[in-house]
Amino acid sequence: MDESLLRTLTPTVIGVLVRRGADFASAEDAVQDALVEAVRVWQDGLPHDPKGWLVTVAWRKFLDAARADTSRRHREARVEAEPEPGPGETVDDTLRLYFLCAHPSLTPASAVALTLRAVGGLTTRQIAQAYLVPEATMAQRISRAKRTVSSVRFDQPGDVATVLRVLYLVFNEGHGGDVDLVAEAIRLTRQLFALTDEPEIAGLLALMLLHHARRASRTGPGGRLVPLAEQDRSRWDTRLIAEGVTILQTALARDRLGEYQAQAAIAALHADAPSTAETDWVQIVEWYDELLLLTGSPVVRLNRAVAVGEADGPQAGLAALAEVSPDLPRYAAVRAYLLERAGDLEQAAALYGEAARAATSLPERDHLTREAARVRQRLQP
Amino acid sequence: MAKYLLLKHYRGAPASVNDVPMDRWTPEEVTAHMRYMWDFIARLENTGEFVDSQGLSPEGTFVRYDGEGRPPVTDGPFAETKDLIAGWVVIDVDSYERALELAGELSAAPGADGKPIHEWLEVRPFLAEHSAVTD
Repeated sequence: MDESLLRTLTPTVIGVLVRRGADFASAEDAVQDALVEAVRVWQDGLPHDPKGWLVTVAWRKFLDAARADTSRRHREARVEAEPEPGPGETVDDTLRLYFLCAHPSLTPASAVALTLRAVGGLTTRQIAQAYLVPEATMAQRISRAKRTVSSVRFDQPGDVATVLRVLYLVFNEGHGGDVDLVAEAIRLTRQLFALTDEPEIAGLLALMLLHHARRASRTGPGGRLVPLAEQDRSRWDTRLIAEGVTILQTALARDRLGEYQAQAAIAALHADAPSTAETDWVQIVEWYDELLLLTGSPVVRLNRAVAVGEADGPQAGLAALAEVSPDLPRYAAVRAYLLERAGDLEQAAALYGEAARAATSLPERDHLTREAARVRQRLQP
Repeated sequence: MAKYLLLKHYRGAPASVNDVPMDRWTPEEVTAHMRYMWDFIARLENTGEFVDSQGLSPEGTFVRYDGEGRPPVTDGPFAETKDLIAGWVVIDVDSYERALELAGELSAAPGADGKPIHEWLEVRPFLAEHSAVTD
């Protein structure tokens, strides 16, 4: 059975229940119950109208739960009435669900969890496995998040920026279990892109596609990290790159630049180059300048120093690095890279070692340790 | 989100403020301490920040490989080993500041005379298993 169809229908069905008068938390629970039933029943064949089936079953689950909940008598009285046929669901329902699940009152972790469940249709167990925490912990996180947004009116306009940040987090973090969160982030961003007309959504989608296109070349045997310069570019997915570039160009033509479009532009210039030597580093530095104006982010300043080092040589890169705070996690790694290129192998080796100790992930630590070892080998006569 | 290890030592951490060994407490004080620990864990479960909690026996054995076809060599326990881990709590939290806050709470567990132990806990970040996709 096609679980992705179920997952695609999840936000629409929640939207229908909310329009019929269910509160968001109960609607979300009822739809999860209906999904479980669908997985069981649909095995023998899809119903004629999958969405209608889900709405009917979820609404029945909602009524059952409301009736069982004797402590909330007035709500029971309300739901006993036949549902209004209503204006029928619209794309706005799904859009509003994105806004609700990424509401600014939620912590990033809660917003991520709630988005994956209510918009993505994943089970609590799948989300827990993806983030390597016990299922009970994730269940608590989700139910607290639902309580936090319970007073938010469903039809309030939301903030696209918080939604994009949540989707970006899903794309970048969490890789346990059997769910491919990178693919899930792309699916949810695609869906959002189809719902509304906003250049930054296009920018984020393009950014994801352009990075995803390089996935096969980014890790070697045993999950070993392969840096951009050493990646086998023949393994890059040219179809995804073409799609990402087209989406980005259309967005840029609207002339409303934002940070995701600028990041995607940098990714596109990398994707377009046959090698690091033939990369248009000058243009990449210009995009970093734009990105710096947009965000003022110290991490952007750090990455910009790398690009300056490629465009104008390692000394220029080191000069650009002088404006960056040494407290950043990857500062030592960048400095080591630039120093090696400037010929100072002694310091580069020591700094790669320091960078390995400051690394925040295992693949990064292992990579930087190998780099330290490699530079030390070059030092020997 | 990031995971942190809150590490409790039998030995090796600086001395606590209320530094009376547990076997000199009254039974009620021991019970009150245990209850505080369980409540702490329950609160973490409730906030969706709990990952794992384990206690370790103080008795340990050192083991090492001794070559092809030979059984591993064992030795110890060594009385002079500086560090002796008592147990840990693993948390999954939004920030380093939150990890410190929780460690502070755990360190306030009551000991002798029902007063907080002010035990030194070690807070260690986990290395992520994967690096970020966008680099």
